[in-house]
Amino acid sequence: MANRRLAPASEQPASFAFSSENAEWAKGQIEKYPEGRQASAVIPLLWKAQEQNGGWLPRAAIEAVAAELGMPHIRVLEVATFYTMFALEPVGRFWIQLCGTVPCDSCGARELKDYLQARLGAPGHVSADGNFSWLEVECLGACCNAPMAQINQDYYEDLTPELLGALMDDLAAGRPVKIGSQVGRTSSEPKGGADTLTDATLFDGSRVGAWRQRFEDKKAEESSEASGKAEAASSEQRAAADPKPAHPASGRAAEGKSTDAPAQRSAAGETPVKSGDRTDAADPTESAARPGTPAPSAAETVARAEAAGAEAGTQSDLPRDEPPPQPVASGASETVDEPQPAPVKKSKPKRSAPKSEEN
Amino acid sequence: MLSDQDRIFTNLYGLHSPGLDEAKKRGAWDGTKFLLEMGRDWIIEEMKQSGLRGRGGAGFPTGLKWSFMPKKSDGRPHYLVVNADESEPGTCKDREIMRHDPHLLIEGCMLASFSMAAHACYIYIRGEYVAEKHALQKAVDEAYAARLVGKDNVHGYPFDIYVHHGAGAYICGEETALLESLEGKKGMPRLKPPFPANMGLYGCPTTVNNVESIAVAGTILRRGGAWFAGLGGKNNTGTKLFCVSGHVNKPCNVEEELGITFRDLIDRHCGGMRGGWDNLLCSIPGGSSVPLVPAEQIIDAKMDFDTLKSLGSGLGTAAVIVLDRSTDIVSAIARIAYFYKHESCGQCTPCREGTGWMWRVMLRMAEGRAQRREIDMLLDVTKQIEGHTICALGDAAAWPIQGLIRHFRPEIERRIDRYSANPHSDPVPMAAE
Repeated sequence: MANRRLAPASEQPASFAFSSENAEWAKGQIEKYPEGRQASAVIPLLWKAQEQNGGWLPRAAIEAVAAELGMPHIRVLEVATFYTMFALEPVGRFWIQLCGTVPCDSCGARELKDYLQARLGAPGHVSADGNFSWLEVECLGACCNAPMAQINQDYYEDLTPELLGALMDDLAAGRPVKIGSQVGRTSSEPKGGADTLTDATLFDGSRVGAWRQRFEDKKAEESSEASGKAEAASSEQRAAADPKPAHPASGRAAEGKSTDAPAQRSAAGETPVKSGDRTDAADPTESAARPGTPAPSAAETVARAEAAGAEAGTQSDLPRDEPPPQPVASGASETVDEPQPAPVKKSKPKRSAPKSEEN
Repeated sequence: MLSDQDRIFTNLYGLHSPGLDEAKKRGAWDGTKFLLEMGRDWIIEEMKQSGLRGRGGAGFPTGLKWSFMPKKSDGRPHYLVVNADESEPGTCKDREIMRHDPHLLIEGCMLASFSMAAHACYIYIRGEYVAEKHALQKAVDEAYAARLVGKDNVHGYPFDIYVHHGAGAYICGEETALLESLEGKKGMPRLKPPFPANMGLYGCPTTVNNVESIAVAGTILRRGGAWFAGLGGKNNTGTKLFCVSGHVNKPCNVEEELGITFRDLIDRHCGGMRGGWDNLLCSIPGGSSVPLVPAEQIIDAKMDFDTLKSLGSGLGTAAVIVLDRSTDIVSAIARIAYFYKHESCGQCTPCREGTGWMWRVMLRMAEGRAQRREIDMLLDVTKQIEGHTICALGDAAAWPIQGLIRHFRPEIERRIDRYSANPHSDPVPMAAE
């Protein structure tokens, strides 16, 4: 905790009132908060009072803010003494807050501190010409640009004692100074420029909307899941009215020519060796649906394929990119029992079912 | 290395305008209405799937946090509060978001608020960030003018966003202290429970999130939780802004995949270690409140939550402070101890008294002006502070010292021996004077 007290009575001004412009501004601040919560505006108001009073906060200002917000004096005094950015004693025209926490400390803040000590004397005192006062403060959050100092409201980064000295001379003489990095960095990029974020398409708008493709796929899937039974029922009707031929290859996108199934071998003119395979090869449409019949349900397909596989000692028609048939108790069985809306979608609900279970 | 296409903060260095038109070209506010129409549950589910862990230091899953808010309002309004009180030493990432990519943040606020049925959002920005406050306010005004936010906006969800600033108190980065401060009180943390999701700002359900956690939401929702989860490793997904400071050739902020190794991070983005890799002494990988990790352990470690935890440290805010062999490590940790002494709010005795006590002992140890037995005494005191305070500042003050003693005990002992081997005229003061 920092031990903070109000300035001695001899330095306190007799009264304080917001300028009409600031009073207007204060009203705008209070409006940001719900009815009866105007105390929330205490920090912004104290801050403005400090700004108006030349960078420090006298007792009269604290009382004026308390009156403005309808708060007891002590509550505002508490706030003013708790937050370290309220200077309770007069400060110089340029109030230098030097960051001294570890990242700055390890990058040269100690030299800066020695420099300020030598030039301005002990911290917390206004220099003879009234221009400067300084204080070592805790991390100001510009660590990639260490060491740094805040002078009044602006950050000055990447400092050395020489740069800081020149900066102070310029400020005192009223010459324009450069805010931010003093060694030519734009912000916190690596010195000499970054080799990331160089892709021009990031900035010319050509990537806008590119994400929607993924999104539309997902939306289609979502809607097919969400509409659930209603859609399934309607597709049943559709299937009855307009029967489509089942497509044996549907739902097996990954199954390519490399698949080594007896039926395919026999089609290629090879004679099966095993008797079971021979029966399978004899009727290649045995385990798949015949053209002209309505689409079989997934359960049927799986059951048939399983049976055929068990007979023949090989899983002839099981889609290989899918998980094996689930036991009845698992979540997958639901989707298997339900009639499928369209043959193309067959594999998708099955794949997502175990996932939703994990969640 | 993470490809530019997968970076979320494309204007991290401020090389382009932060204005609305340019931000839209970079992908902000792209299809926000569409995302909102996907519904509240979808947004939360997508955030959960992304595996995003809070970027403010604790690493709590963001989607889960959002789901804690009451589903139905009991008459009290809901609030989203964005924690932009970035004061953890070493951390300077939120600043870049607010001044260079503010529209990502504002859009994220809209999405997050919608998913939690909040119609008002406060962004609590630290008082020192004056320029950032103005930049953010400007962006908010732009968003209001374009009717992207406001009571009657193009998205059809009434939503107000306000920028509030603090006045320089590290403790206000703690979520309940932040709420106290936002209510116009001293920033003293509250006891939990009740948690902010039930009793937060003005006694209403509130969620407090870090700037980075909120600002990535828009991009995650657009490109999908699966895309984000595909970056990084299991349980440590996505990209993260790393703030590398200290003794590297080119300190910088950079967005990288979680799980990049320390060596890669420094070599690829920071121009390598100052004086070569043999010159590395240790690193504080997650802001000053995590214990340091010595060179041989950190050098090839993955920079993610779980790896660093297993090294007895933490990722924290990914503020990587690199220290080389020129560092006086004992006084560096003493400086951190001073920081916590300065920033303790004074509410809990172990922290208020303990932080000052630890700092004074550390100062003496930096000189060697101590007894060997005091090392164990100091360690014991840190254990008595840790976990015995309302908020985590007590822990944060204890951990760096524990880390120092764990890894650099011989160094402390060497100093004590060297000091006591030479005649000194000054008396050894008592520890707590």
